Amino acid sequence: MRSLIRHPEFRRGVGDMVAPSLGIAAWGLVTGVAMVKSGMSVPTAAAMSVLVNAGSAQLAALPLLVAGAPLWVVWATAFCVNLRFVIYSAHWRAYLGHLPRWRRLAATYFSGDLTYVLFVRRFPELKRQPEQLPYFWGSTVWGWASWQAASLLGIVVADYVPTEWGLGFAGVLALLGITYSQLSDGKIRVAAAISACAAVAAFAMPLKLNILVAIAAGVASGLLLDRAAPESVREGA
Amino acid sequence: MIPGLYATLGIAGLAAVTVVTRGFFLFSDREIELPAWAVQGLRYAPIAALVAVISPEIVLTDGALISTWQDARIYAVVAATAYFWWRRGILGTIVTGTAVLLALKIGLGW
Repeated sequence: MRSLIRHPEFRRGVGDMVAPSLGIAAWGLVTGVAMVKSGMSVPTAAAMSVLVNAGSAQLAALPLLVAGAPLWVVWATAFCVNLRFVIYSAHWRAYLGHLPRWRRLAATYFSGDLTYVLFVRRFPELKRQPEQLPYFWGSTVWGWASWQAASLLGIVVADYVPTEWGLGFAGVLALLGITYSQLSDGKIRVAAAISACAAVAAFAMPLKLNILVAIAAGVASGLLLDRAAPESVREGA
Repeated sequence: MIPGLYATLGIAGLAAVTVVTRGFFLFSDREIELPAWAVQGLRYAPIAALVAVISPEIVLTDGALISTWQDARIYAVVAATAYFWWRRGILGTIVTGTAVLLALKIGLGW
């Protein structure tokens, strides 16, 4: 542990994370405020922040929890929002696969989008190197701490913000920004539009099932488009 | 307010979702291969889930479409969208939308 922290690559990992962590912190602040202003108590929101440790999944789960949706719907939605991490984990395997199971799971549990982006940029070759682990933990620890500190600050501050200001909606705006950044090609845009319409049209369904109907509709239309015009898949990717 | 046991179970499950998705391919000691349809579906599921959650939050009030122009959400979303198309930054998108939201909520009481 001590040798890990003293390793120069640990410091480099921290250093690479300092600039992006300002963005992480702002995002964490919004998440913290949105959680409390959507109707969560301060201790519940704090527990959610520390344990769940996943901004967009938390924000997506929020309206569902407030509406009292069945927990399996909440979990299924968070699972879908988190699917990008499944893709990252296939990549992490090349770098962390040699560690004992609990250590590799602990590592990925604390990692985030930016840790992944920075790490792959620093070590583009899918080959194990001794300086990877210190670098990983340097950027991960800094990213995690900035996120949690800002999120907890937001949770505490939100208690002093009047509910009439409607800051719960800032969480939706944050998810909107993420959504826009992922509309990378025409097929994804069509799938997103179909999912949006389905979620609104099926809103009257009980148990918040409109969310799952919309996800199914979006994924099915995307798969159909892939089948109808497979050649543009590569172009879009 | 969200009830206690429901929130506790919900958070515990969400934490498990984090562990499972982030470590998905790291649970097994052997290599796992996903079927082709699952790999393709992975491309669409996250965006479909995000949009499914936010679209009703943006256009509905108590289950009906917004029926007034005096709703701060409309202008916040338009401003956030315009910012994203102009600059492509997620953080600026949040800040712009929230600024418009607060201005209308606090200034005009919408």
